[in-house]
Amino acid sequence: MTGALQRFLPLIVTTAVLVVGFLLCAAQFPNFASWRVVGNLLTDNAFLGITAVGMTFVILSGGIDLSVGAVIGFTTVLLAVLIEQGGWHPVPAFAVALIAAGGFGAAMGGVIHVFQMPPFIVTLAGMFIARGLGFVLTTDSVPINHPLYGELNDMALRFDFGLKLSLPALLMLGVVLAAVVLAHWTRFGANLYALGGNRQSAELMGVPVARTTVAVYGLSGLLAGLAGIVFSLYTGAGYSLAATGVELDTITAVVIGGTQLTGGYGYVVGTFVGVLIQGLIQTYITFDGTLSSWWTKIAIGVLLFVFILLQKGLLVVWAGRGGEPAEA
Amino acid sequence: MTASTAPPSAPLLAIRGLSKAFLGVQALDGVDFTLRHGEIHALLGENGAGKSTLIKTLTGVYQRDGGTVALEGREIAPRGVEEAQRLHIGTVYQEVNLLPNLSVAENLFLGRQPMRWGLVDRGAMRRRARAVLQPYGLSIDVTAPLGRFSVATQQIIAIARAVDMSAKVLILDEPTASLDAQEVAVLFKVMRTLRSRGIGIVFVTHFLDQVYEVCDSITVLRNGRLVGERRTAELPRLDLVAMMLGRELEAAAHRIDLGPAEVDSRPPLASFKGFGKARSVEPFDLDIRPGEVVALAGLLGSGRTETVRLVFGMDRADRGEATVDGRTIRLKGPRDAVRLGFGFCPEDRKKEGIVGELSVRENIILALQARQGWLKPIPRRRQEEIADRFIRLLDIRTPDAERPIQLLSGGNQQKALLARWLATEPRLLILDEPTRGIDVGAHAEIIRLIERLCADGMALLVVSSELEEIVAYSRRVVVLRDRRHVAELRGGEVSVERIVAAIASETPHAIASETPATGSGAEVRQ
Repeated sequence: MTGALQRFLPLIVTTAVLVVGFLLCAAQFPNFASWRVVGNLLTDNAFLGITAVGMTFVILSGGIDLSVGAVIGFTTVLLAVLIEQGGWHPVPAFAVALIAAGGFGAAMGGVIHVFQMPPFIVTLAGMFIARGLGFVLTTDSVPINHPLYGELNDMALRFDFGLKLSLPALLMLGVVLAAVVLAHWTRFGANLYALGGNRQSAELMGVPVARTTVAVYGLSGLLAGLAGIVFSLYTGAGYSLAATGVELDTITAVVIGGTQLTGGYGYVVGTFVGVLIQGLIQTYITFDGTLSSWWTKIAIGVLLFVFILLQKGLLVVWAGRGGEPAEA
Repeated sequence: MTASTAPPSAPLLAIRGLSKAFLGVQALDGVDFTLRHGEIHALLGENGAGKSTLIKTLTGVYQRDGGTVALEGREIAPRGVEEAQRLHIGTVYQEVNLLPNLSVAENLFLGRQPMRWGLVDRGAMRRRARAVLQPYGLSIDVTAPLGRFSVATQQIIAIARAVDMSAKVLILDEPTASLDAQEVAVLFKVMRTLRSRGIGIVFVTHFLDQVYEVCDSITVLRNGRLVGERRTAELPRLDLVAMMLGRELEAAAHRIDLGPAEVDSRPPLASFKGFGKARSVEPFDLDIRPGEVVALAGLLGSGRTETVRLVFGMDRADRGEATVDGRTIRLKGPRDAVRLGFGFCPEDRKKEGIVGELSVRENIILALQARQGWLKPIPRRRQEEIADRFIRLLDIRTPDAERPIQLLSGGNQQKALLARWLATEPRLLILDEPTRGIDVGAHAEIIRLIERLCADGMALLVVSSELEEIVAYSRRVVVLRDRRHVAELRGGEVSVERIVAAIASETPHAIASETPATGSGAEVRQ
């Protein structure tokens, strides 16, 4: 069916870029094509992948969430302060962090809906507030030395053929799977796409706009909080400047993954592949050893540009066909 | 006033004495409307008649100020679209209010997807979608995004959704506006099927042919008041048009003698042959001579505005040819039209015309500057000269030329807009509803102005709903109906009665075969 092919084309192209990129890397560096590299790719980008899933939902619904990087930073600080200075056990600290991050997102969603404000501005304000709150707690980088952190970091799912999936990698994969189900097998998912397609029509068709808006920003905040927990596990510290600019990396992953910034079209799986492409470029530069890490940014910038042009091209082609029936 | 027999039980929908005002303007004033089971009921009226207010009150978008609405004898007052849907009132708008990015199946079942184990059962949704569409003769890929289908198919899907959500009352608000004849036929078949199932359909349209083809009853509104309800079979077209326009047909038409017809022998300034655009207006022939006022008359939605949009290049014609001074021209956009010496005063001056924040002078100079190119600014002194000249000439009431134009009254804004185009010294000026929304005094001035302009040799193409005005200043009137030029009246033929008769005529008049009533109309088309 050409229709299905057309719909999945951005996703197919993104996946092809990942596969070709991986093969090129493997051709240049003999050690590249190993399960260890794959495992590290997943672990190193877990926090980015988890955040990007939330961002995908927000963008699908026609919004944007600029606060996620700051929420990650705030979460790491909150955890460090609760565990190290407050003497909390990590588990209740995790729960508090998730509730705070989710509540923060939901509050932004509420403001966006009630005052009909542009999400860009509201979440930009949220970004400053979350960053600022982190600094209020502490300006230092606080190491987290709780024994549970060591245990969690040692936890991994090991396969016989050599793949080792760390806890962060497992969490990301779980989040992606749950997100696919949420997007395509629940009413909430359908409502998100509806909202992103045309807000007014969605409202006329009975979509609960208020509830969905609050929920999607709450979900994005919650996932940013989870990413914050993963980030604090990964770095073993809390620092209010952590994850600066991550909101832009996640938006990049979403767009490279084939989701349209205007909302309504896209797939969670695409975002996942977009995250992996960014990770792959990073890994390549590490392997090379001579390139400046800024080449990552340049490569991602070029890639982003190419993908946006590709999407625009596809839209033009579709507009030329669909809609009006074929006429001379 | 109803000619129908009294129904045995309560009618499906009974509206009595419905009133609604906005900021003191009475949009609906004691309107009655009755819809019976298994009936297609046309709701007709010109601009500002109150049709959309009536519909929005029914669908819960507006709350009524007074009157009663009863559904099968039970009083209702929906406070939102959802509640109206629960009360079995479904609406399908001209702009399909579905979601182009979702699949057909998702559009049909959004918010009421079949569930299994807490998740959407996509297989069942696809099967039920196919089943829902089957009676409409639609066998399409229900997993494809809705946006890939034609507007006609989307309309039917929207209707299927509304009906499947157990609509008893189906409101179709101009569903045929963007459909071609074949698609309309399919839609009518669907409507008749639904009627036979006992559903009551409120049909809003501007196409009289369609009213007579498919409707059982007609209710006409005008200026927020009920004009009357009739059975379609008992209402001749002429009476219907008279009801809609609110005219006593025997009213004497006063006309100003515009002198002999010597200009008619001159070659046309602009000539259009078989000019038209699919889904916009049927191909038409139109000649415009220097010093002539050609008026386009017809009901709302009859194709008047579409015609002038084609002439000015705002829409691109897909058939026919246009010549100016005997040379074939191509109109790819308004820029081409401006280069040829055309000017256009649009109907909605707030949206398409004036730039509110700019001064009167800047608004007047805009089109002239645009034609010269922005790299060659008109010297300030010259700008002031031009602005002052037109402020004097058109008697634009403003303390000075530097006042922001939004502070002026509607009539003066309209005159400034006219000045903008006059400053470019156009050869053909198009005026779309030049007198709408301006007070009576300014009205008369604009008409005098039109006469003076045409005496100076400028050609004018005017769209107007004010038939008396048309008769006063125009010696050639093209009458449109259902997106088609149906008659051309010339010279002494031009009268309100003749225009109304042409609007109500059933078969399209062959333009050239119109018998000229007086000498001035006897010229032969070249």
